[in-house]
Amino acid sequence: MVPLSYYLFLSGFLFTCGVVGFLIKRNIITIFMSIELMLNGVNLSFVAFAAHWRALAGQVFVFFVMVVAAAEAAVGLAIIIAVFRTRETLNVDQVNLLKL
Amino acid sequence: MSLHLILFLVFGAICVAGAVNLLVQRHPINSALSLIAVMAALAGEYLLLGAEFVAAIQVIVYAGAIMVLFVFVIMLLNAGEEEETKGSRVASLFGVPGMLTGAVLMAWVVLRRSGTEPVSIGALPGHPTEIAHLLFHDFLLPFEVTSVLILIAIMGAVVLASKPEATERKAD
Repeated sequence: MVPLSYYLFLSGFLFTCGVVGFLIKRNIITIFMSIELMLNGVNLSFVAFAAHWRALAGQVFVFFVMVVAAAEAAVGLAIIIAVFRTRETLNVDQVNLLKL
Repeated sequence: MSLHLILFLVFGAICVAGAVNLLVQRHPINSALSLIAVMAALAGEYLLLGAEFVAAIQVIVYAGAIMVLFVFVIMLLNAGEEEETKGSRVASLFGVPGMLTGAVLMAWVVLRRSGTEPVSIGALPGHPTEIAHLLFHDFLLPFEVTSVLILIAIMGAVVLASKPEATERKAD
C-alpha cells in the first residue's frame, strides 16, 4: 500500500525541479522542457487524487492538460524557431529587445 | 514492503534521477532524453494507480509526439552547449525563499499521511469505457473546445514557423 503523500511528494519534487530549471537554465529549449516537467508533476497529483477519491474526472483533466500541453508545445517551438531566425541565438539573455 | 511500494520506489527513483539530470546536463539533447525517461517512468506510476488509459496516452502523446517535436527542433536549430552567464538577481532573491516555502509545504503534506489502496491493473477506477463516458457526456463541451484549440495551435505554428519571405510573396 502506497500512501497518497508519497505520490504528492514525487509530484511536488518534479514540479520544483521544473521551477528550478525554468529559473536557472539559459537555453530557451531547456526552459521549455522545464515547463513540460512542471505539467507532468501536476498530472501525477491529478491521477493520484483521482485514484484516492475514486473520482474519474481527475483522469479526464489529465487528458485535457495533455491536449493543452501538445498545443503549447507546437506553438512554443514555432516561436522558438521564429526567435532563432531573427536573433540567431537560443540564449535567453541575448533575447532582450523588450528590456529597458 | 509490498510489491506495490517497491515498484513505486523504482519508478519514483527513475523520475527523480531524470528530473535532476535535466537540470544538471548542459546540452539540450541530453536534457530532452532525461525528460523522456521521466515521462516513461511516470507512465509506470500511472499504471500503479490503476490509470492504464492515462499511462498509454502518456507514452504515446508525451513521450512520443511532444518529445519527438522537441528533439526535432533541437536538431533543426543545431542547439549546442548552454553558455554560462550570471544568473538574475531577482531569481536568487525570490527563488531561495520560494524553494524553502515549497519544501516546508511538501514536508507538511508528507507528515499528514493518508493511505491509498493498491489497485490492480485493469481494476478500478480508470477503465477506458468509463473515461469515454465521462469525456463524451459530462465533458463534451470542453472536449469540443479543445478541438478548436488544437486547430488554432496548428495554424499558429504554421504561421509562426513559416519563412517570412514566403508570407511576403503570398501578399504580393
